Order: sequence, then C-alpha cells, then structure tokens
Amino acid sequence: MNNFHYTKASSVDEAVLAGKGAENYFIAGGTNLLDLWKYDLTHPQKMVDVNGIEELKTITELPNGGLRLGALVTNNTTAYHPLVEARYPLLSRTILAGATAQIRNSATNGGNLLQRTRCYYFYDPASPCNKRNPGSGCPAVEGQNRLHAILGFSDKCIATFPSDMCVALAALEAVVRVTGPNGSREIAFADFHRLPGDRPELDNTLGQDELITAIDLPPRGYAEHHNYLKLRDRNSYAFALVSVATGYELEAGMIANARIALGGVAHIPWRVEAAETYLEGKAPTEASFAGAADLILAGAQGFEHNAFKIELARRTIVRSGMMALDPSCQRPGAPPSL
Amino acid sequence: MTKNKEIGRARRRIEGELKVTGQAKYAAEYNVPDLLHGYIVNATIVKGKIESIDEAATRAVPGVVDIIHHENRPKMAYFDMQYSDMDAPPGSPFRPLYDAEIKFHGQPIALVVAKTFEAARYAASLLKITYTEEEFDVNLKTNLDRAKKPSMGLATLIKPLPPGPRGDFDAAYATATAKFEGEFHHGAQHHNPMEMFASTTVYEGEGKLTIYDKTQGTNNSQLFIGNIFGLKMGNVRVIAPYVGGGFGSGLRPQHQLVLSVLAALCLKRNVRVSMDRSQMFTYGHRPETIQHTRFGATADGELTAVNHVAHSETSRYEDYNEVVVNHAGMLYPAQNVTLDYKLVPLDVSTPMDMRAPGGVTGMVAVENTMDQVADRLGMDPLEFRLKNYAERDHSSDKPFSSKELRECYRQGAESFGWKDRRPTGQPEKRGNRIVGRGMSSGLWDVIALPGKATAEFNAEGKLVVSSAVNDCGQGAYTVFSQIAADQLGLPLESVKFVYGDSELPLSPIQGGSYTTGVVGSAVKLACLALRNKLFKLAQILDGFPLGDALPQDVDFMDGEIIVKKDPTIRVKLTDVVAFNQGKPVKASKSNIPNVFKLKQYTRAAHAASFVEVEIDEQLGIVNVTRAVTAVAAGAIMNPKTARSQILGGMVWGISLATREESLLDKKMGKYVNDDLGEYHLPVHADIHDLEVIFVEEHDEIINALGAKGIGEIGMISMAPAIINAVYNATGKLVTALPLKVGDLL
Repeated sequence: MNNFHYTKASSVDEAVLAGKGAENYFIAGGTNLLDLWKYDLTHPQKMVDVNGIEELKTITELPNGGLRLGALVTNNTTAYHPLVEARYPLLSRTILAGATAQIRNSATNGGNLLQRTRCYYFYDPASPCNKRNPGSGCPAVEGQNRLHAILGFSDKCIATFPSDMCVALAALEAVVRVTGPNGSREIAFADFHRLPGDRPELDNTLGQDELITAIDLPPRGYAEHHNYLKLRDRNSYAFALVSVATGYELEAGMIANARIALGGVAHIPWRVEAAETYLEGKAPTEASFAGAADLILAGAQGFEHNAFKIELARRTIVRSGMMALDPSCQRPGAPPSL
Repeated sequence: MTKNKEIGRARRRIEGELKVTGQAKYAAEYNVPDLLHGYIVNATIVKGKIESIDEAATRAVPGVVDIIHHENRPKMAYFDMQYSDMDAPPGSPFRPLYDAEIKFHGQPIALVVAKTFEAARYAASLLKITYTEEEFDVNLKTNLDRAKKPSMGLATLIKPLPPGPRGDFDAAYATATAKFEGEFHHGAQHHNPMEMFASTTVYEGEGKLTIYDKTQGTNNSQLFIGNIFGLKMGNVRVIAPYVGGGFGSGLRPQHQLVLSVLAALCLKRNVRVSMDRSQMFTYGHRPETIQHTRFGATADGELTAVNHVAHSETSRYEDYNEVVVNHAGMLYPAQNVTLDYKLVPLDVSTPMDMRAPGGVTGMVAVENTMDQVADRLGMDPLEFRLKNYAERDHSSDKPFSSKELRECYRQGAESFGWKDRRPTGQPEKRGNRIVGRGMSSGLWDVIALPGKATAEFNAEGKLVVSSAVNDCGQGAYTVFSQIAADQLGLPLESVKFVYGDSELPLSPIQGGSYTTGVVGSAVKLACLALRNKLFKLAQILDGFPLGDALPQDVDFMDGEIIVKKDPTIRVKLTDVVAFNQGKPVKASKSNIPNVFKLKQYTRAAHAASFVEVEIDEQLGIVNVTRAVTAVAAGAIMNPKTARSQILGGMVWGISLATREESLLDKKMGKYVNDDLGEYHLPVHADIHDLEVIFVEEHDEIINALGAKGIGEIGMISMAPAIINAVYNATGKLVTALPLKVGDLL
C-alpha cells in the first residue's frame, strides 16, 4: 500500500472541508473501497474517515410520514430497524438479499449507493476498461459478459450496478441528501445514478467533494404488497443476474399504483414509469405483469453470455408481481423461486 | 493378535482443537525474526518475451530490499529432470524466473522483496515491464484438429492411458436397438483451497534452509528445492503439518516455494512469499475437456457398444494426462468398446490433478449417456445398470479385488426411496417447482505406492509414530493414530503421531485417495515390527517372565504383554523400555506393494449416488434438495471423519454440476473471475439434505488394512446423478457444466 494521509472528521462540515481534492476519499464501511485500493484500482491521497460523525447514524421519522436513513447507519441495522421492517419491508428484503451478514454489518447506507460495478475487467488493472481508464476500451463487449447489461448500455461500457438495496430505493422513489462545499442539496433517486453513455467513468451525479448525509424515504412504503426476487448463480453471496423489486397498492382488487425496479440488468436500477402506469387499474394477474414486463424490457439486447437475461427478466417480473400479492409467504433466506 | 478397538471407531480429529483455537500454524503464519516479504509479479501477456524491466519506481518505494527476475537471479539448475517433482507429467517443467520467455498468462516473472507485505505489493504494482507479444491460442474447441496422444512417463504409470479396442464397436453400434450419441463439455476449474499458497523460508546459514511450505508433500518440496538449487537434501527441511485445503493444488510444488528460496539464498535472509487469491489462478487447473460418447444396447437392455472419446487441454510444455475414458469399460461388461483420450496443447499453464481428476469428468459423460440409453429403452436407470452389472473387469479381463457396488445400489436406492421416481416428463409438482430424481454409479481406482513409517515406544509409556506425510484436514492423522493404537493394544491417548516434516520417514505426496492405504499400511507394519521387538526384549527380561510363550500366545493390552493362557503373567511395556536402558524401543518399516499380486486384480472403490432436485418450472432455478451416496471402499477406519469426507465430496459434486467455472477470456488468455466473489463455490444455502452410507466390503488384496481410500469417491457419482435428475424432471439433458441459471429457460 502506498502512503496516504488519514484524517478523522467529527462533523459533516469538517468532513467536507477535509474532503476537497481530486484523490481524496471519504471512507465509511470500506467494504468496496479497501478492495479497490488493495487491487491497485484506486489511489487515494487522503482518506477522510467519516465514521465519527454521530449525526449521520440515526434513523428518524419525517414530518411528512416518511423516514430519514442516516448515511452511516449500517445496512444490517437499517434492514432490521423496526420502522423499516414495518413500513418499508421491501427495503429490508433487498438489503438482506445482498452480500453477507459480515459485509452488511460494516457496509453503510451511503456507501451502498456508491459501490462500483463487479465487471471482471474493471477489477483487473492490467485489462483495458473505459470505466477505470477512459478511452482504453471495453473487453466485456466481446468477452465474458454474463453479469453485464441488457438495457441502457453504451458502446463504451456494458457494466451493471451491483446494489440490491438501491433497487428498492429506486422503486420507493427515495431522495438522496448530500452536502458539499457549496451547501446541501437533494437528489431524486432516479437522478442519482447515471447511464454510461460516453462517460462510463462516472457512476453517478454526486459531486467529487460531496458527502451523502441521508436517504429520505417518502411515506408510501408498499408494505402490503411487495416482493424482491433475486436470481443469481448461487443462493447467497452472489450478485444479481436479474433482480426485481415490486410494490403496489390494491383498491377493490385492482392495482391503484405500482412500482417495479430491476437490478443486474443496467448501469442503474432500471425503472420504466410507463410500465407502472400501464398496471394502474389492472388486476394483479400474470397477464398484467407480462404486459408491464414487455414495456420494461423494450429495447433490451443481449450479448454472447447474457442474452438469457431478457427472457429471465420477463419471467421474473411476472413472478415477482404475483409473489407481491402475499408477502407473508416470503421467508428471508428461502430459495429464490419459492 | 488383539481385536481392533480403535480402527472402525468414530473419533474426532486429534488436531481439531489446535485448529479451532488457532494454535495450528499454517505456512504463512511462522513469524520468524527479521522476516522479509516477497510479492510475485505476474505476466500480463500470454505469450512472448520480456524485453525490459524498469525497476526505478519500485526501488524508490521505502522498505523495498530487492527485485529478483530472470536477469539477476542466482544460479538455477539446467536440466529439465532437476525441475521434475513427484507429480510432474512428461515434458519440460516450468521454471520460474528462468528466462525472458512467457508461456502463459499470469506467469511469475519477478519477485519484489520488501520489509512488509504491503510495501512489496505496492512496489510490485510499479514495476514497468515491456514485452514483445506473440500470437497465442487458448481455444480448445477450435484446435481439436491438433489433438495428439499423451506422452508416456512416470505419470502414466499411475494414470494409465486407455486400453485398446475390444470387439467390433462399429458393427455393434450399428445394430443396437437403443443408442445415444452425446457431446459433453466442462470448462477449466481452479482448486481454490481456503489457505492460499505460501512459503516461509528460514535461512539457517551456509546452504541450509528450513521451509514452512503449503504443500501436499513435504518430501516432494524438499527434493524439488534440493535439485533446483543444488543443495544437499539433508540441508533442506520442509515443514507442513497443516494444510488449509489442497484439492490437488499442492501435489506439485508451487511458484512461491521456488521464489521464497531464491530470495532467501540471494539475500541470505528469511523470506516469506505468499500468493493472493487472484494469484491462485496462475498455476494448474482442472483442464477444459470435451467428450464424445456413443453407447448402444439391445432391446432387452444389454449394453453392447461403448465408444468414449475425450479431448483435454494441456500446456505447450507438459503433457498433463488424467484417466477420463477408462471407466465405462470397467463398470460395464459391454463387449464392443473403443476408447480414446487426446491432448490439445494450448498457451495455458499445465493443468493439474483436481478433486477426482479425470474420474469425475469421465463419469459425467458415461453415466449421463447410460441414462439416455435407459430412457430410449424405457427402462429404469437403476434396472439398466443392474442388468449390465460387471462381475469382472472386462476391460482388462481381471477379477475385482472386491466389489460391493450392487449393495451400494440396493442400500442407496432403499434409503433414498428410488421406487418413488417418476418417469421422465411426468414430474411431481411442489408449488412452482417440479421434482426430478436421478442416480449414478461412481468408481475410483485404488492406487498402491510405497511409504514408510517409524514407531517407537518410550519410557513415558507413549507410542510415538512418525511419517513425513501431511493431512489436508481429512483426518489422516487421527486414522494413523487409531491404526497404531490397535497394533499394540493401547488406548488412543497413548499414541502420538508426528507428521508433516521432511526429516521424518519418507512419504509420497498425499492425494489420489491413497494416503490411508499407503501410509496407514506402513504405520501398521511399523507398529507390528515394534510389537515383535518389544516381545523379543520381553522374552529376555530378568527371570524370563514370558517363559516359552510365542508371539501368538500373548496379547498386547493397555501397555502390557499378557499371556493368554495365564493372564496373571504380565509384562509392562515400560519395563521393557527400562530393560532397554530407558531408550525407546524403535522399529521402522516400509509398505512395499506386492505388485505381482496386485496386478492380477482390478482394484477400485465404488459408489452410487441418488439425487433429488427441485426446479422452478418458469425460472429454471435448480436446487439439489436431497442426496444419498452409498460407498463401498473396503474397511472404514473412522466412520466420523470418513462420513465428513464423503459429505465434502458430495458438496464438490454439487459444485461441479451447478457452480464452479473459471471463465476464460479467449482474447486475453486469462481467467477473469479470479476471486471468491465471482468464482462460485457452494455456500451453505446451496447445500441441503445429504446422507452417507458405508457398505460393508472386505478386501484382502489391496493393502494391509483392506482400506480403499475415500478422498475422491464421494464426489464422482454426484455430478452425473444431478444432471440425470434434472433430465428426469425436465426432459432436457444438460451437456455443458456447470448447469447455470438460464440454461433451463
């Protein structure tokens, strides 16, 4: 490891001040950053340890009936928090579908939003990668691309965003609160992550000097009808090939409003509002969800090793929609196709 | 002779407490004084030459002590033979840092030595290397036309090439009523033991080294290092009491051993070199293999025609071979058989033995083909196998030394509930899932090799038994202690087994499921020799207490020699030691296989697995929900550790069939999923109800213990049974392993 500066911040203002600079990094749980560092993929000059900022470690109710998740609350603490379990069980389920208990005990909410892709080529410093080394090329397009995108990719990058938690946050229309040298601002979740386009090195719209302070959940939590279905190459500790978060509200047996977000298929959690509008007024049937799936997957395109994901995603959307009818049958840790 | 009290008794591992309390030290955990740390620099091209190495930035990192590469390394041996090892296939073994030539991606090309591991790793990332690249090819499928016969060598003695044809395959196949032609493929896989390769080399002074190494053979590493660096064998001591998993990866000495010794000799310092996880993908692997089968049977279910052909990758410099195609001819009495096994040299590192090498590869093709033929006959797969049960090995026209496979079928089927299996295409439903049931036979050859052990009885009343052998965790130390205890009628607590040190009596590398048979037999023979010696000394004690009793007239029990006819006549073994002037009474013995007797028989362990899978009908997700494996492997020394070993094998079978795959980027010539996040080994959530049955089997031929070895046999029948179960549920035959999400859509 090369030498670097290390400083501990005890307030948001202190952290933002210390964090100014291109190769300065905030560190919280460190579950992804330390790996990137050890593997010679990132080269921090200064590490600003934000773990001492107590004000970011709380979960509080908002006046509008929503919930504010402190950026430094760990993933596990969030998943098992009584208010989250009661009002946002979809969020609990997505968090617990990710990583391992050990990782979730260290990983924080803010950090979860900022994890890097798991593309094999991104993790190999000797390999070209437009995300790591802009302009060097993308071997995944014609290489091993099982984990890769079928939607929203560009010719520069076909990587996927690996988070499970963020799939629920997208469906719930969370708001990301950030603070930087120029003050604080709020970013709608749909605007937080970005498609690769010509700048695959940019995963999101967070400013270089900005620190995530909290994630606000709107009042609507879809506690009655929700599901997270994650399909992966083994039953734990694997990233999603396809995952679907579904939430809807029923009125007189018909869908009043719906949210569907997909993980494992794009550079961002994938949401198509037209598909959600399509479901309004329809009965929660396989046919309805199949119709929504067609809208969500419009334009999907596979590569040599991931073309199966298109059909798999279609079926998973339908299954997740049907499973959301009765969330009580979904035991944590149960095999995914229960 | 006293009755066995320990052999056959369920005993926990004698070293278990040391392991779970962290007292058992592994190769990278010996923190000797003034230790330097080496980090390996790996080639980032596949084929070509190193043109230049720019050391400036690396040398500038504080803490860096030296950079060693082909231009500045100390003298190494010249002849290929000197780089050979106990598991080396025919060819010209790879020589780390020998010259500028690059032969495979990830080849070690330099070692950065620093005061800390972190400094070495960071400095290594700054080493600037320029290459001249040459065209390479790592694609097995497009190079099948270059396939060739494997070269003969020492390795082909243990792993024989396929026997010649018998009968007339073409005619029999043409006239067969039910036939199936299949192609089967699996990609490369890497061993991935938990403990990564490491060697801590202690520089003891002029040409003398003590090396704590991760290896499956202390003597193998000792010979290898002695030969390469021209050191006297007595000056090279290799210690490896504990191995955090091997799976075959430690059967050959690995790069870090050569490099740590190179640096220690160069700098006259203590040096540790350890690999990180991605470097665990830069040496041998299970070779990618493509197999073709054509089996034919008559209308009444007699298997008449068997053709099995395999093409495996090897490196450009060695002919790694394994037994892939020989087993169909041993398992089934078909009279018209042609087998072929060929190698395709590619620009990869030499493949290595990995978990039931060859056997599991071949059995997938054989047993999946058997089910397809049974399906075409409308016969139950088990009935088809029983119909074609071989009472004798027709491939070599020899009897089996013992074979209780029929009993494996019977007990396994009964415990599993095979009678509930439904015909293919009419699966039972459980919610969204359909249920499939499948079975498979398994076979693993019993290998006989020489091994040596020493036994001594001391004044403290302890039996100390020693061998250079080591144990990857399967329970060998415990089993050897049990064997020793019984020979002298001692409680297990009175036995101390000393192991994992090249200074102890010579042992072969531990692999191939032969360690219990080879070293265990040596332990038995050494202890019997010691027993004899103790008896002879007891005879001449003051007053001749044993009178005219002969060896067969006495029992050894709880530290005493007791005359059977008059149990009041007893001699304490410690009194015998005292008579020996307090010096331990000692005997050494080698287990030399009786090749003449052995070669009259086919010697193999057998097994049968029965597997239930649940498959989500729409999503195609497969879970192995239940499995029973019945094993006939001769005498079982310790049912507890044996059961654990078979369970482990069953998990590896699930892994082979549904999880593990090294993803090769053919343009880059590199395995890209080189970490445990993306190289998918099974997790707890993947493993459900597993049952192990040991079938009683007596074998007087194979070795002094009648034990066949159980390292591999638990795995072999699992993978084909899983694929057969998936076929039973879905009617789809999966021919490319592993079976992945998406394959059944």
